[in-house]
Amino acid sequence: MNVTIVDYNSGNISSVINSFKEVAKDKVNIEVTADLNKIKSSDKLVLPGQGSFKSCVDALNNINGLVDTLNDFAINNKKPLLGICVGLQMFADIGYEETETKGLGWISGKVSKIDNENGKYKLPHIGWNQINIVKESKIFKDIENNSHMYFVHSYEFIPNDKNVISATIDYSSNIVCSVEKENIFGTQFHPEKSDKIGLKIIDNFLNL
Amino acid sequence: MLKNRIIPCLDVKNGRVVKGINFVDLKDAGDPVEQAKIYSDGGADEICFLDITASNENRDTIYNVVKKTSKKCFVPLTVGGGVRSIEDINKLLNCGADKVSINTAAVQNPKIVMESSLKFGSQCIVVAIDAKKEGNSWKIFTHGGRNKTDIDAIKFAKQMEEYSAGELLVTSMDRDGTQKGYDIDLMLKISSIVNIPVIASGGVGNLDHLAEGITKGKANAVLAASIFHYGKYSIKQAKEYLDSKGIAVRI
Repeated sequence: MNVTIVDYNSGNISSVINSFKEVAKDKVNIEVTADLNKIKSSDKLVLPGQGSFKSCVDALNNINGLVDTLNDFAINNKKPLLGICVGLQMFADIGYEETETKGLGWISGKVSKIDNENGKYKLPHIGWNQINIVKESKIFKDIENNSHMYFVHSYEFIPNDKNVISATIDYSSNIVCSVEKENIFGTQFHPEKSDKIGLKIIDNFLNL
Repeated sequence: MLKNRIIPCLDVKNGRVVKGINFVDLKDAGDPVEQAKIYSDGGADEICFLDITASNENRDTIYNVVKKTSKKCFVPLTVGGGVRSIEDINKLLNCGADKVSINTAAVQNPKIVMESSLKFGSQCIVVAIDAKKEGNSWKIFTHGGRNKTDIDAIKFAKQMEEYSAGELLVTSMDRDGTQKGYDIDLMLKISSIVNIPVIASGGVGNLDHLAEGITKGKANAVLAASIFHYGKYSIKQAKEYLDSKGIAVRI
């Protein structure tokens, strides 16, 4: 099996690479590339994302044909794709970080700044928070409810269809931290930085 | 709910772990990669490396240490010490650091904080503030505590938030290495004035000090070095203690 981590200059993805390679061992071939042909021939994709919503969308658009290739992969061919952090956020129709920016539109909804109640809650939301699993998700196999995951973000994905939500966290409000829609998976938290339990989520994705 | 973080810090010199008492009297005590792995297996919420001689010698050793550590530890790794430029930050991130802490460079050229946050995202930019009390205020120190400035630490903290720092790592120079506990007044002043997370550092001698950093200093994370490094307490003991005091931690 070939799994490609999409390297579209979205910032630091070395931790994502290290963790996937650690879990994959010799069973799965992990590629790190933005090569469109390699992406097309992959069995699964990982879409990481660091920095702002806008900078990530701009970086995707800067690579000729990448967005179309991703659309084909995830929407037309319905092959498994995991978005991490801003990678998940970009599933939305629109994001409001820096300026209004169009997302991939795979899961209808928007990405807005977390309401910090006038400074009562610190932003970014950095650290370990417990996830409330609200529906069964294939990537949560053998993951206990209330497991701790590592977060670092100031914006949240608000999907229109609440049925896609697989887990939430409590911060200033109830924040979506994981989604599953058919073949499309996303985590707001960083499985690659969430210790053994995070590696288990990566393992679940690789075993889909 | 969001948990309070416990962050063991390893001072690294020429690729080896040391811990200074007030930044002198260095003792060599181990391999940073193995040490970091022990901490992450023990439940550390993050690992912090401080390259204490980075400013003047043997700079490349830290890159190797970060590379090796990031292949073994799957919790966030923060690296600081001698970070001067956007290129330094880029190199550390490429080696597998998740966050980079900037100290002297942020004081000398605050715009580097804004530029690096824009380029890499504020989530990976930590500003390290070394402060020492002077009368009723605190002044910023640079170069690992060797050089004094006239910059007010509280105002600087606010400025760093405005320049898009993701977090502040606040070290009391008066307390560092003394084991007398954090400078609670300093922590409280800074954590009340900024809306970004604050990591308390400098002076931890027992587990109560960790608790005070959170309950009295209102820090979001507590950093300590020697109490963990010399085996006085394990990360697990620290967490169980905080938990027994009703402080939310990841167990």
